[in-house]
Amino acid sequence: MPETASRWSSLSAAAAGQYLQRMLADPLMAPRSTELAVVRAEGLVRAFGARRAVDGVSLALRGGECLALFGPNGAGKTTLLRLLAGLLAPSAGDCLVGGVSLRADGGRAARSRVGLISHASMLYAALSARENVEFSARMYGLRRPADAAMRALKAMRVADRADAPVRSLSRGLQQRVSIARAIVHEPLLLLCDEPYTGLDEVGSAALTEALAARRAHGAALLLVTHNLSEGLALATHAAIMRRGRFVRFEERAEVDGASYVSAYRELVTADA
Amino acid sequence: MPESSLASPISLDADAPALPGLMRASWLVARKDLAIEFRTRTAFFSALVFALLGLTIFYFAWDPTAVAAIDLAPGVLWVIFTFSGLLGLQRSFGVEQADRAMDALLAAPVEREAIYLGKAAANFLFVAGVQIVAIPAVALFYNVPLGRIWLSLGGIAVLAALGIVAVGTLFSAMAVNTRLAELLLPMLSLPFFVPVVMAAAQTTSRLLAGRPEAEAWPWLRILLGFDLVFVVACAIAFPYTLDE
Repeated sequence: MPETASRWSSLSAAAAGQYLQRMLADPLMAPRSTELAVVRAEGLVRAFGARRAVDGVSLALRGGECLALFGPNGAGKTTLLRLLAGLLAPSAGDCLVGGVSLRADGGRAARSRVGLISHASMLYAALSARENVEFSARMYGLRRPADAAMRALKAMRVADRADAPVRSLSRGLQQRVSIARAIVHEPLLLLCDEPYTGLDEVGSAALTEALAARRAHGAALLLVTHNLSEGLALATHAAIMRRGRFVRFEERAEVDGASYVSAYRELVTADA
Repeated sequence: MPESSLASPISLDADAPALPGLMRASWLVARKDLAIEFRTRTAFFSALVFALLGLTIFYFAWDPTAVAAIDLAPGVLWVIFTFSGLLGLQRSFGVEQADRAMDALLAAPVEREAIYLGKAAANFLFVAGVQIVAIPAVALFYNVPLGRIWLSLGGIAVLAALGIVAVGTLFSAMAVNTRLAELLLPMLSLPFFVPVVMAAAQTTSRLLAGRPEAEAWPWLRILLGFDLVFVVACAIAFPYTLDE
């Protein structure tokens, strides 16, 4: 893995995607649990009054897979992510993470396997980077929270600012700390809502590396983004969401980049 | 990955996570809130200054020839507590709103009740901290002898703080997502604080006047009953306030 890591750090997002495809095809590096779906959602519905923000979405992702989810504003992407993270209760349907329902035990067991990265930092500005990540590690019941926090901060290349209050960090560094917070418990399912927002080159490379590492060891990734090339570079599957439903869902290998982009633009224009 | 275990597979060995139980999670939330308050000190000092300014204003507006200090002091004390406590309650969920920290808290594998209990515990210590300074200040301003009743008064302060915090924490969670949070919290909370303030002021008044303890018991029972009912009811109701 050290060799892999050093190679990752010098890769662009597109090259990282290609490298990941090759890595997943390598039996020695392939994820260990590809047979079991890491996340399986069936008929997920979330209504706000009469409006259905998510309207009967079903999906299944196995370990190592990445679904890039595109869609115009208001399509229901973020609501879907919030449902999968256990932040919202579904109006109908169910979701299993690692075989455990989000409806079971108040969703605690399922939530313990999920990591959430968002464009909002979800950090406490008055606390240091280390304290923020360590708090998260404790909330997830990690045995050695201080060590886990430092490992996550190192992975996001922000360990040298571990003791700085979050409010003193730049937006990009805050985002790196936020990602460290989301991956500190080594989640089985990573939900990313525009995770590259605000990251510089080093931060982007660190995030790509961390996501690849999690995927290579059995985690699934759901990536919501408006940047099609960024999403397709990392994805094994791609989907377009519109008015709460998947209107396209296909394997990345079946997707032709140029025609996909034009199809997506047509959809967005139709909704504008 | 160098120096990282993020690449390690999910395992069920001895190092596997043990999800925190209700009390442990509550403690973690309370400790985090207190750490934030300790770093910023904004709400505590605001509440303290507010309490002392309130006492000063009451003192200068007071005509000692019309109302005896022993009659006025209990009312002033509990009114000051109520309003300074609101400043802390306002902050309680405010810190979760900035940068949507509440999302991370809700995504964590802890019971929703633990968030309420943790917040309530931190708020309780906040209010108690203000009380520790304000009670001697009231004694000083109004020249009220607290020496013989300090233990009983401490007990009443604990019970009253518990009632205020139980209700206030719930309403703070409800109000924080609204645009008029600063206005809504007092409007929702104050009617519920009336029984607490009344019972606490009446009990304190009887203790200060040196009346038999039996006279204070009916008011104490109200305070105890309020705490019991509202701590349980608010903890149960709290998860529903989080539903979008």
